[in-house]
Amino acid sequence: MDQIRESLLKTSIATKRERFGRSITMAALILIAVIVISIFYFIASKGLSTFFVDKINVWDFLSGKTWNPSSTDAHGKPEVGALPMIVGSFLITVLSAIIATPFAIGTAVFMTEISPKNGSRILQPVIELLVGIPSVVYGFIGLTVIVPLQRHIFGGSGFGVLAGTVVLFVMILPTVTSMTVDTLRSVPHYYRESALAIGATRWQAIYKVILRAATPGILTAIVFGMARAFGEALAVQMVVGNAPILPANLTSPAATLTSILTQGIGNTVMGSMQNDVLWTLALILLLMSLVFNIIIRLIGKKGELK
Amino acid sequence: MNAKVSNKIATAILYLIAGLVILLLAGLLGFILFNGVPHLSWHFLTSPSLAFQAGGGIAFQLFNSIYLLFITMLISFPIALGAGIYLNEYAKQNIFTTIIRTAIEILSSLPSVVVGLFGFLLIVVKLKLGFSILSGAIALTIFNLPLLTRSVEGSLKSIPDLQREAGAALGLSKWETVIHVIFPAALPSIVTGVVLSAGRVFGEAAALIYTAGQSAPALNFSDWNPFDAASPLNLMRPAETLAVHIWKINSEGIQPDAAQVSAGASAVLIIAVLIFNISARWIGKVLYKRLTSAR
Repeated sequence: MDQIRESLLKTSIATKRERFGRSITMAALILIAVIVISIFYFIASKGLSTFFVDKINVWDFLSGKTWNPSSTDAHGKPEVGALPMIVGSFLITVLSAIIATPFAIGTAVFMTEISPKNGSRILQPVIELLVGIPSVVYGFIGLTVIVPLQRHIFGGSGFGVLAGTVVLFVMILPTVTSMTVDTLRSVPHYYRESALAIGATRWQAIYKVILRAATPGILTAIVFGMARAFGEALAVQMVVGNAPILPANLTSPAATLTSILTQGIGNTVMGSMQNDVLWTLALILLLMSLVFNIIIRLIGKKGELK
Repeated sequence: MNAKVSNKIATAILYLIAGLVILLLAGLLGFILFNGVPHLSWHFLTSPSLAFQAGGGIAFQLFNSIYLLFITMLISFPIALGAGIYLNEYAKQNIFTTIIRTAIEILSSLPSVVVGLFGFLLIVVKLKLGFSILSGAIALTIFNLPLLTRSVEGSLKSIPDLQREAGAALGLSKWETVIHVIFPAALPSIVTGVVLSAGRVFGEAAALIYTAGQSAPALNFSDWNPFDAASPLNLMRPAETLAVHIWKINSEGIQPDAAQVSAGASAVLIIAVLIFNISARWIGKVLYKRLTSAR
């Protein structure tokens, strides 16, 4: 009797395994969350020490136009104005997104509405392959094709905002296109049919119905592309010229947050002010990727309500 | 304007845009392969790189890339699998799950250079692992985890609930159902996801320049003791990968044939991505056929 009682009250092997499995998978998930939190903690603590340890004014840092951390200005303050990099990053990101958007939407519409057969047979695999191409390869092509081209047409060194924009445009085009294609494919089929049934031409159906229905998804794709462009480091660093000055025009050399970061971290001493300001640039990058994330969420929410 | 005329004009413009993009993409691929493939030779793939002379190869970098990819997958797959299983099978709709989902989404949108810098700060400097394969693999794991987790979760989600109910009806616990029923059924698509993410990891450079380092010390391919400094298997040696090599010789290199070496290396990367893409689909299909009765 006692034996039966014991075996009934004891935790079975299956339950033990269940608990084990549940806790080990949960541990994996928590590990990821811990990684995210520690990324924020470490980068923020390093990045903020520019302001708290080295006593640099936040506003001076964000609006200063000269970047030369190893020297000081007339007032004895270090010259750490990050504005040129911030402007450079935003300028290149926005320009490349503006150029990429019409091409991405046009190609996606072509692939889903005009010629679905060729779209899925030829364009789809090529775009999927291009999404996977390493960014250094884009940088290398920029260096061997676009920089000489810019030098040839506009003179100067060839490195600059324009070259960076073109490289990023080509880089984000496949990503934005494939995301737009997914959105257009998810527009219900009866939208098209009902538009055509009431006598709309194909273009009217595309422009007035399908693109409208897909707007939140297309916007998400564009913001996603911008986030990728903003955070891209090596491809941009190879072609942008890395001159931390406010770009005078589109063909003049510039610098982005990422390009100065990749260049500088290895050449400065950990814990020094010159090193801290670089971590502050990393913090700005981190916060911007957060902002892009929030924008994507807001678009998603707004799209849901309709 | 007449609706029919504008329809024709718009269609023509769409054809034009699609044509331009096809031209651009084809040109891009053609350029890389056309420029790179002529430089590929057995000698190029198997000889060490030279810092000051022409004629160097990419042997160590190629090996480092493959080895680093292997170690990264070894670390990141179990974690992503666990996290994916929990998210899809156990997680309830509550605030805890929402927070973790948001965290994963944020992690996936972080610039890879930020991940690399975090790896540099925590692993290389604070944990004193130095520029090493291990540091690089951990950084790449962080870079890879969110997408891999999401792909595992998606694979599990595509298995119909009928299977879970069948498991429960047979008296299996949830965990047993997952291990013996759901996981095998989802395996083909999980493997496809893993191989696709491998392609992404293989070409990553920004996360590696300050974790795995930018130098490729000579390797002795007859020494397979992982604790020897010159052993290819040593986890604690700095390891410049193929992608980092392309960046390095183009931004700081002084090889006279930097352009040729990078063209060849780029072609190798593209071909690798192509192989990953094709094999991902192929392996998924074969596994599906093997594991199910589908013909």
